[in-house]
Formats: sequence, structure tokens, C-alpha cells
Amino acid sequence: MRLTCPLCGSRDRREFYYYGADTYLNRPAPDAPMAAWDDYLHLRDNPAGVTRDLWYHEQGCAQWLKVTRNTVTHEISAVELVAGPAAGGKGASE
Amino acid sequence: MRYSGLKVITEGLFGNKGWKPAWRNPAPKAEYDAIIIGGGGHGLSTAYYLAKNHGMTNIAVLEKGYLGGGNVGRNTTIVRANYFLPGNTEFYSHSLKLWEGLESELNYNVMHSQRGLINLFHSDGQRDAFARRGNAMINHGDDAVLLDRDGVREMLPYLDFEQTRFPIYGGLLHARGGSARHDAVAWGYARGADMRGVDLIQNCEVTGIDIENGKVVGVQTTRGAIKAKKVGMIAAGRSGQVAAMAGMRLPIESHVLQAFVTEGLKPVIDHVISFGMGHFYISQSDKGGLVFGGDLDFYASYAARGNLPMVEHVMEAGMTLMPMIGRAKVLRSWGGIMDMTPDGSPIIDKTHIEGLYIDCGWNYGGFKAVPASGWCMSHLMATDTTHELAKRFRLDRFATGHLLDEEGTGSQHNQH
Repeated sequence: MRLTCPLCGSRDRREFYYYGADTYLNRPAPDAPMAAWDDYLHLRDNPAGVTRDLWYHEQGCAQWLKVTRNTVTHEISAVELVAGPAAGGKGASE
Repeated sequence: MRYSGLKVITEGLFGNKGWKPAWRNPAPKAEYDAIIIGGGGHGLSTAYYLAKNHGMTNIAVLEKGYLGGGNVGRNTTIVRANYFLPGNTEFYSHSLKLWEGLESELNYNVMHSQRGLINLFHSDGQRDAFARRGNAMINHGDDAVLLDRDGVREMLPYLDFEQTRFPIYGGLLHARGGSARHDAVAWGYARGADMRGVDLIQNCEVTGIDIENGKVVGVQTTRGAIKAKKVGMIAAGRSGQVAAMAGMRLPIESHVLQAFVTEGLKPVIDHVISFGMGHFYISQSDKGGLVFGGDLDFYASYAARGNLPMVEHVMEAGMTLMPMIGRAKVLRSWGGIMDMTPDGSPIIDKTHIEGLYIDCGWNYGGFKAVPASGWCMSHLMATDTTHELAKRFRLDRFATGHLLDEEGTGSQHNQH
């Protein structure tokens, strides 16, 4: 498996650390109910098909990446930066 | 038909014409007392014990493919009871006792072989941890022997004891640990359940779970609607998709775990050897193939096949531990879909829907649990009460904090 990092280009899977579903981007407020935290930390859609998950380019540019990937075929259709204007993710306006 | 040595001989003398199919192939009925979704090891053993222990015989097992075609046919067949935490210890201890009587119980040769399992350690700290684990096993009535380096060398002289990265300090021997024939376990339970009247329905995919007023009333399948007031979801790596039909999200992420087998060799590895520091374990099948594996590929996957970096890692670990296997040719590698929970322990519990039960989250350790999982899940489905041995396997434990983190790495996805 290879991932095409938006900053570094096509790189071997071994350069990346997999973190999990992009649910992790939606962190609840500190005073959110316990159910929201349980949902955030533990419960997963776990789809057989297209999923979006977070990978860290540990041995490259050290950026968090949001990867659109098919869990059945291992096909990767998009890799975006989590932080940055193009991704519109957290940090986009910072 | 009862199998026996005599039967094999007489059939052999008369052209093997008397063998009958091991189970029927019935069409689904319109209604059952209980339905089990998933005809793998856990589903079949649940069906068997529902019939045997609880007298529920008007039940069906619905399998979308063929019986035993999922993880029970894709694992590396290790059977052990060397768990440390209360909640796990008694469960796996009971499972091993069921294994020890399984062949006479099922009248089926599951080739259970208690050849001994050795977990290697490589530092003083790890020795202490293994001594503690061994004491927990002994206190529970199971067996454990702490071997020093010479003790391991006597049993496994072919290991590379002087490797610089992980020099071998010793090992924890669990003499009652070993392996079994994985397919035979599924077939044995299937045959036993069928003999007691359970309908095993293959090529029957569940496409919907019917719920009315908070109660389960049946399922929709590719072979029509089937009614039942009790439904057990036992779908291993596919649990997320099955539970989604009941509107549930599970604390599970499905990952791929690879395994490997070499060409058949003469007997060379007499035990099951676990090299945890290198993420490698190995045994030799009765056919002679070296069966080995490592850790997860560590990304969510339903592909049932892995990637090359983990293949390389496993081969490197094998060569580090026992350079003698370097000339063996790998015949096959494959992947299984592991239903990983955040704390690495399973779930056997009711759901918030009346009559709907779930048995899942076996991570990469489901094979040895097949007997006790069915034992406890059948108890839950028949009596609507949690079995004493499965009381820690709660679905809500992540929300309440009553975790069962055997590995001690934390309750978060991607940690086990």
C-alpha cells in the first residue's frame, strides 16, 4: 500500500502511522455528556466500503492526513491535509 | 451416525459407501424460537449448547456463505488458558476444560493437541510479569511453569538464544496449551447441533432485523423473512454491519490479521512458541506445515488480505527467533477480519433491544474461546441472564469504565 501525501508525494505505507476513523476530529466539548465521549472514543461506523480515516506521516512531513479509502478493496481515492485551508479541517482558520 | 474406529474399518472394507452427509441442508421455516446470525465457530457452538444445555431445538443458524468459512477457517488454531485478569481467567479456563472433553462430547475428531505453549521473555521485567501471570494461572487451577533459559534450551534447542535484540531469558510454559483442527471444530459443532434438530441454513444472508416496539420479531434474509423472538448476532468481523441493521454502532473496528503456512516438513517444532517481543508465533500442523503469524496490519480493513510490510516484519521476526526455518518455502498467506474492541476483550451481552443479543469483539483470540463463548451466549439467549463466566464482557463497559484491558495498553482503538 502506498499513500500519496499532499506535501511529500507517493510514499510507502511504512512511513505512516494509522490512527483511526476521522470521528476523532469531532472532539466533544469538555462538559459534553458521557454518551458523547463514549461515542467519540469508542463507537464506530466501521464501514465495509468507503471510509475516511486519519494517518500521520510520521517519517515524512509530520502532518496529519485524512485518507478516503475503501476497506474492502484497499483503494485510496483521496488524501488531504487535516490542518490547512484546502482541507477545511481543524486549523483551517488558525 | 456415530463415528468410531470400528466404523472407519468397516466402511473401508465395503468401499466407503455408507457415509452420510454430516448435517442436513434444510430450507428455512417461517418461524423459530431463536435465530443465530452467523455460522462460524461461535455461532455453531452457541446453537449446539442452546440445544444441548437448554433444550432449545427449534432454532436456526443463518450463514451468508458456507459453515465455517470465516475466521474459524482462517485462524492459526491456538488453544490456551493463560489469561491474567479476573473476568478473562475463569472464562478461558472453562473454555480449555471444554476443549479437553470436546472430542468425546461431539463424537468428532477435532485433533485437539495439548503440545504445550511457551511464551518467551527477554528481560528481567518481563520475567517478573510472566511469573505473576503464571501464578495467576496456577491460583485459578490451571497450569504454568516458569522456565529459565536452560529450561527453554532443553525444549527448544533450535532457537537463537544469543540474538542481540531480544536475548532469550526464559519462557512461561503452559503445558495444557496447544492447537486443534479449526475446520473440524466448526464441523463438529455443526453436526452436533444438526443432530439435535437445529436448522443450519447456508447461503442465507440476513438483510434486515425486524424490530417492533423495542422488541425483535424476526429477520429479513435473501431467502425470505423469518420470525423469531430471540436473535443472536454472532458475526465476528462483520458484526458492525449486522448491528447496523438494528440501528446500533459498536465499539469495534475491523482490522486485518495475516497468517502464513509453509510447505509440509518433517516434525521439527513440537510446541506452540510465542515470541511476543517480535510479534511472532509459530506451531507445526499435523500435515507438517509451519503455521505462523504476527501482529495486525494496523488499519481498518475487510479485504481478508494484508500488505507486504507486515509480511516482511513477520519473516524477519521468524528469522530472528529461529534461523533454521529460513529455507522453508511459504506456501500461502491470508488475512482474517478481526473485530477489534478498544480494550482487546470480547462482548457477550444483551442489547437495548429486547430479544436481541450480541457476541462479538473477539479480536485476534476467538478460536480458543469457541466452546465457552457458545456456552455463555446460549445461557444468555435461553435464560435472558448473563452467565457468571461472561459477566465482565459487557457491551457498555467502555462507557462505564469497567474495562478488561488484558494487554494494559489502554482503552482506545488502534491500541491492541
